[in-house]
Amino acid sequence: MSTTRRSLTERLWAIAIWTLVGFFIVNLVAMIGSVVVNSFGTRWFNTWLPAGYTPQWYALAWNEFGLPDILLVTLEVVGTVVVLSGLIGVPAAYAMARRNFPGKQAVMLLFLLPLLVPPITYGIPLATVLYRAQLAGTIWGVILANLVPSLPFVILIMIPFVEQIDPRVEAAARVFGASTGRLFVQVLVPLLTPGILAAMLLVLVRTIAMFELTFLTAGSTSQTLVVALYYAVFAAGVRPGQSIDAMAVVYMISTLIWLLIALRFVNPTQIVTRAKR
Amino acid sequence: MGGGVRASQSGRDTHPSPQPPPSRGGEVFHLRRAVTARRLPLRRRLREHGLDGVTLLLIPAVLFVLALFVYPFLYGLVLSFHPKQGGALANYVAFFSDPFLYDTIFTTLWLAVPVTILNVVLSVPVALRVRLMRRQRLLTTILVIPITLGTVMVAEGLLTYLGPRGWLNRTLLEFGLVDSPIRLLHNYWGVMLSLVITGFPFTFLLTLSYVTGIDPSLEQAGAMLGARAGRRFRQILLPLLAPGLTITLALAFVQAFTVFPSAILLGAPAGPTRVISIAAYTAAFEQYDYSLASAIAMLMAGVQVVIIVALLAARNLAFRGPVSSGKG
Repeated sequence: MSTTRRSLTERLWAIAIWTLVGFFIVNLVAMIGSVVVNSFGTRWFNTWLPAGYTPQWYALAWNEFGLPDILLVTLEVVGTVVVLSGLIGVPAAYAMARRNFPGKQAVMLLFLLPLLVPPITYGIPLATVLYRAQLAGTIWGVILANLVPSLPFVILIMIPFVEQIDPRVEAAARVFGASTGRLFVQVLVPLLTPGILAAMLLVLVRTIAMFELTFLTAGSTSQTLVVALYYAVFAAGVRPGQSIDAMAVVYMISTLIWLLIALRFVNPTQIVTRAKR
Repeated sequence: MGGGVRASQSGRDTHPSPQPPPSRGGEVFHLRRAVTARRLPLRRRLREHGLDGVTLLLIPAVLFVLALFVYPFLYGLVLSFHPKQGGALANYVAFFSDPFLYDTIFTTLWLAVPVTILNVVLSVPVALRVRLMRRQRLLTTILVIPITLGTVMVAEGLLTYLGPRGWLNRTLLEFGLVDSPIRLLHNYWGVMLSLVITGFPFTFLLTLSYVTGIDPSLEQAGAMLGARAGRRFRQILLPLLAPGLTITLALAFVQAFTVFPSAILLGAPAGPTRVISIAAYTAAFEQYDYSLASAIAMLMAGVQVVIIVALLAARNLAFRGPVSSGKG
């Protein structure tokens, strides 16, 4: 067929689109690159690259910003959010996938809303409630706030993974007398491992990067890395810019490592499309 | 077994009791079943509606979302009608009579609307082209990075990159495109660019997922019937994409409308980029007026709802054809 031959306009159109994509990626890489280069630079004024390179800004950031404490808090918050959202979310996803009950649509909407409504919109009333309950400012306030989008996220990501499992496998386990608890531990969890891993890793990445909810609920001892980075950038000028960039690099590495691992289990488009329906 | 039943019926027939004739035996059987069904234990009846031990696994998740999402929202709504001073509507009156407050809506729209349209308009042709690629994985992985890094990191990156001595201005000066460094930070453009960097990948990936859901043979059929690329797009792809694009527009708008950290870090939070989320944040955490803050948060949600409803209505008006009205 002659349709494989492309016309000139189509070729120009393709070139225009790839130029656009290329331009975007070049700027993105340059943006990240300038942070990385600056974090290692000694003096950088009117040149393309800094005059020399040094790791001293990392040592400075480590001590001045109290990175060990912040990283510990981040680990505690993220770890608790991942474990709790998994423990509550996976059984809920199983129920959503396997049962039809009156009001299922309403429950689905209930799980969709925290993903569709932007965090800052519900974050302010949520922070108010948490302050009234004396929870805001503590690490548990931060954890509870971060669970609000994470738990529905786990449920929505797990539903299709549960639906893929043949119900006859469960029926067989039931016939042999397995209780729901045993069914979960010995049959479902092993079969769902790839899905659970994907969901947990994505929650991990999202919680590390979740700025708004943590910012609104955290106190000085319950800041995560992204909030500490915000305060450092906000108070730029107090400390050398390079040490802020060093902190930004630490943040970037701690996010992107998990993203790369997560992408072994899910397609990048899935990260945004979970909320599409 | 059938023979036994018949035997007992014939036995009953010998008695002059008001037994139903044998032809109506089936009805009696049904009646009996209905009676026994009514006597079934509650547990079994619930199970017939899909409510059993497994469904109960939902309860913790539902209670959690009710307690920490629905309740705070309703609490905020009620709180917004209990201002520090004045009547029930005092917060809303205060908001709409103070230009420093009500202007934030227009400031935010002035950022969010252009950037949403730009991102979606750019995403569609790129997604249509990328769909034809065999190895999309590398590109989608690169594009998911800014979404993952989040707005704070993008703001810090742009502060370094767009600064007067940053690589962008150096390049522009080197090629003689500008005479002096252009100002892209601490004004409208800084926030705008950060919204493009985080927003475009989001709209693109969302659009790509919708575009790949369209059967390519539909477009091939159009091509075989002689429709050129432009016409194929307008008459085949666009109507099929309309529902997905509406959702993409809505989600992208809602995200841009709630821009927060980059409006402070990259913009001019006292003036041209004093967006509505800054107003809400200042009310809550600098003036400690949670009631006013809740009112602003409710107004923020209100504007989002209005725009989304308008988008859905516009889609229904524009594409009323059989394509978008149903899935089968």
